[in-house]
Amino acid sequence: MQTTSAPARSRAQSLLAGESIQRLLALAALVILLVFFSIVVPHFASTNNYIDILTATAVNGVLATGVTFVIITGGIDLSVGTGMTFTSVVMGIVSVNMGLPLPLGLLAALAAGALVGVINGALIAKAKLPPFIATLGMLYVTLGMAQVISDVHPIYFDQEPAFQQFFMAKPVVGIPNIVWVMLGGAAVAWILLNKTILGRYTFALGSNEEATRLSGVNVDRWKIIVYAVDGLFIGLAGIVIASRMNSAQPGLGMGYELDAIAAAVIGGTSLSGGEGSVVGTIIGAFLISTLRIGLSVAGIPDQWKSVITGLVVIGAVWLDILRRRSRA
Amino acid sequence: MAELLVEMTGISKSFPGVHALDDCRFELHPGEVHALVGENGAGKSTLMKILAGIYRRDAGTIRFKGQEVEIASPRAAQDLGISIIHQELNLMGHLTVAQNIFIGREPRGAAPFLLDEKTLNAKARELFETLHLKLDPRARVSSLAVAQQQMVEIAKALSFSSAVLIMDEPTAALTDTEIDELFRIIRHLRDQGKGIVHISHRLEELKQISNRITVMRDGRFIATVNTADAEIQQIISMMVGRTVFEATPELPEQRDPNVVLEVKGLNLGRQVRDISFSLHRGEILGIAGLVGAGRTEVVRAIFAADRPESGQVTINGKQVVIHGPSDAVHHGIAYLSEDRKRYGLALGMDVELNTVLASLRRFANGFGWVRTGATRKQALEQVQALAIKTPSIRQRVKNLSGGNQQKVVIAKWLTADTDILIFDEPTRGIDVGAKSEIYRLLNDLAKQGKSIIMISSELPEVLRMSHRILVMCEGRITGELSSAEATQEKIMTLATQREAVAAA
Repeated sequence: MQTTSAPARSRAQSLLAGESIQRLLALAALVILLVFFSIVVPHFASTNNYIDILTATAVNGVLATGVTFVIITGGIDLSVGTGMTFTSVVMGIVSVNMGLPLPLGLLAALAAGALVGVINGALIAKAKLPPFIATLGMLYVTLGMAQVISDVHPIYFDQEPAFQQFFMAKPVVGIPNIVWVMLGGAAVAWILLNKTILGRYTFALGSNEEATRLSGVNVDRWKIIVYAVDGLFIGLAGIVIASRMNSAQPGLGMGYELDAIAAAVIGGTSLSGGEGSVVGTIIGAFLISTLRIGLSVAGIPDQWKSVITGLVVIGAVWLDILRRRSRA
Repeated sequence: MAELLVEMTGISKSFPGVHALDDCRFELHPGEVHALVGENGAGKSTLMKILAGIYRRDAGTIRFKGQEVEIASPRAAQDLGISIIHQELNLMGHLTVAQNIFIGREPRGAAPFLLDEKTLNAKARELFETLHLKLDPRARVSSLAVAQQQMVEIAKALSFSSAVLIMDEPTAALTDTEIDELFRIIRHLRDQGKGIVHISHRLEELKQISNRITVMRDGRFIATVNTADAEIQQIISMMVGRTVFEATPELPEQRDPNVVLEVKGLNLGRQVRDISFSLHRGEILGIAGLVGAGRTEVVRAIFAADRPESGQVTINGKQVVIHGPSDAVHHGIAYLSEDRKRYGLALGMDVELNTVLASLRRFANGFGWVRTGATRKQALEQVQALAIKTPSIRQRVKNLSGGNQQKVVIAKWLTADTDILIFDEPTRGIDVGAKSEIYRLLNDLAKQGKSIIMISSELPEVLRMSHRILVMCEGRITGELSSAEATQEKIMTLATQREAVAAA
């Protein structure tokens, strides 16, 4: 004879404890931070400053959006920073060195990013390398390749004025187009993550990869696709940063991956997989920029900015863990 | 004569270090419920996982509807028309019920890569209606109780309209009502001409539901019998290869009045409310109740795996403060958790390490160097004393059968010199033969003077094994029964005594 089970939690309870809370918390933190800096730091509350924050978030926002997909599957991508450099250099080679029309350069950047993503995905899905190791290796590979193909020289886009003109133009409220590019990318990512098969499988993989495999889904193939999508965003980031600098700088890039991952995590993406959102990640990216710029305007030296940013990341994740524990 | 749905012949399969299947055969007719029984480690799950495309066979042939087939993947099996419901739940906790059921077959929207959530949820609702299931398609699976999660698995398997349905221990977490419902569904599917394989340890249930029973032992096919002609005792004999007495091992007399453990006013949230009881030396105290009554929570609070909010614990007359499990072990309390794979064992490590895991300091010298001579000796002694079936003490624990894994957990706590042993569902997932051995072990321990608290959801087990039985309901103890006066009905009454709880 067996015994009955206790009632499960109501849907309302589940919703309240859900991921939306982390997003709200991140948003609240951002708002508080903005208000705090506006009051305490002179010269912070100005339109120019806000635009600076938006502009500063553009690159990281794109990278973080891409990396969100990967983290939701329970993986990680350390190569997004140097990968971005690599794609910007590829674009430089195609548009400047080879003199091909700009649109081809843009496509080349995206393709290069997708290639990096596919290689990462294949190493992880087929060769069964742990994501940390695979993408760490690719970090060095792309860092090196960027320098190889550019012969360690920066590539300037002076001959293609249309490039910077387009991306850095400020037709709307004085906000550079790259910000709209980032938001547009985020919108596409949101659709992918929430409305498509790709998004469904991204969450499924992160939630229980084995169950997903046993359900007949081709886990290997979809993992590669997820990393490829991440790669496309790497390519997009390469375009954005190249337009900001009006050049492709092969020495740049390493370190950007940490900001990207931090943004995703602050926004509620769990490193253990199965949870995450584009909205949260974008909020996380804004939070980091706001923090940095706020501290800058306040005159805090760079060293301390680093310390404070680190503490914020630790604090955000800790809060998330405490919140999860209480809901369990 | 109806064409065979499935015919497996000469199936062999080996894993590193383990010869799992040897020249096995299995047949399934359409319109039949075919039970598959055997001790843990007999190979039943392995054989069916081969049929379901999860493992590849090393040798032998599989015929499906008369045609020889290669089942290379779970997808291939699904496409052929073979579905499986696993023993361990294979669900994506972060996804909803409907999303889990239709993973890989999501209804598409305006474009082929876009999802159509509305249709998805509607299809799920339709499915539940046909199966008379009360599930919310939009509920997150991680928020459901285990029994409901199992229902989701069942609904998922049934949604494939397969010709063959394999069920591996489907009733483990279900109530009697739910089991009746499941059997109704199974009979309905059988009448539709489907072939159903039912793997279970619950022989009484199999007598109710199956047409034929196949017995496996040690990776080999033993026999297939008609259920109507078979006696449970006979089946058990075939399963273990020896006659097992149905009679309970004699409960040792418990005369020692000394109270080794006393709990007063223990409180922790809603699951542990004002719990007070005492445990005598050499006693086996059973704790019965419905799933969710708070039994595990009570013992976890005593063991301080979860810190209680209030309450006193007295051991051998002295009040103690237990801050955490290491304190508890220091005071001689052992906790053998419900889910031994997750909480009781380091699966990837060997028998030797697991045996000394709770008492490593004893086996290390001042600098922390582990004396492997001593650990080896201890492990070998325990393997002998508890009759643990393992090729060597170097064998990884994950390769042992459930019953032997449980024995390793017991060995660990005996090595740690604990006198108060708390067993949480000690025989869950363990076959008939090994269960008897565990019961015998428990009785021996009690005879030696150890004091045992045993949580169990199997009423016959609680009745057989306990000197006294505490019954819990919604966080409170609703009653205490001596072994003489206890009956299943009395226990169930106390276990459902919610009015008394609500009034309190």
